[in-house]
Amino acid sequence: MTAEVLLEHGLVVASALFATGLIGVLVRRNLLFQLLAIEIMLNAAGMAFVIAGARWGEADGQVFFIFILVMAAAEVAVGLALLLRLSHRFRGLDGDSVSVMRG
Amino acid sequence: MNHVFYLSSAIALLGAALAMACRNAFHALLYVVVSLLAVAGIFFSLGADFAAALEIIVYAGAIIVLFIFVVMMLNLGQRAVNREDDILTPTMWIGPGVLALALFAELVVILIRGAGGSTTGIGVGPKDVSLALFGPFVIGVELASFLLLAGLVGAVYLGSGARSTGGER
Repeated sequence: MTAEVLLEHGLVVASALFATGLIGVLVRRNLLFQLLAIEIMLNAAGMAFVIAGARWGEADGQVFFIFILVMAAAEVAVGLALLLRLSHRFRGLDGDSVSVMRG
Repeated sequence: MNHVFYLSSAIALLGAALAMACRNAFHALLYVVVSLLAVAGIFFSLGADFAAALEIIVYAGAIIVLFIFVVMMLNLGQRAVNREDDILTPTMWIGPGVLALALFAELVVILIRGAGGSTTGIGVGPKDVSLALFGPFVIGVELASFLLLAGLVGAVYLGSGARSTGGER
């Protein structure tokens, strides 16, 4: 397999994974599933970086994958803490329960 | 290594799609773990060994375990017992189990054949990645440490506040 074909097929897989995550964010109303879908989307973005790095044999793609990994870890820590707080307050994980502001 | 790439891609996409279609959070987490392991297989087939190891350690090992802890914390009391009965049925293991078995078969084929290397023939090892990370991108490392500190402080604050608000209501 040549490198160009690899790049094309890999980017197709990465964009399909990203689309799966996007559909998850849009369709599901459970906040836990939405966070999981965001993880899948971030993973797909990092995958695109690694594929591009492998195409040209450069280390930069993996370096940016590490940065995305760090961002995903920080995001999931704060997101899950918010999720726990919401579930304590509204007795559920429905995203629509926090769609209205009070005051 | 081509078949490894395509099989891993199929498993990754299938796992992600089935995870989004699951109603039970625990089932979805199992599918996502399999999907992340398959993505690690893709990275390995591309010659990005370091990224594959990080994918397994950080994503499948740390982030998903955090999700599992939260799912466990949210299901307290009798509901958790009922949920446990659902989780322990043999039918729910079939989907993630079959996908994980396909990944395992892939791994066995690679090990028996002794086929190393990557699809492109060029591998980018940990040494190159580290030299790039701590050379031209060292400012990114500093920014990542800021972000992690901010995330830590935010998570601690929100986590300690959750108890007091829960007590008031």
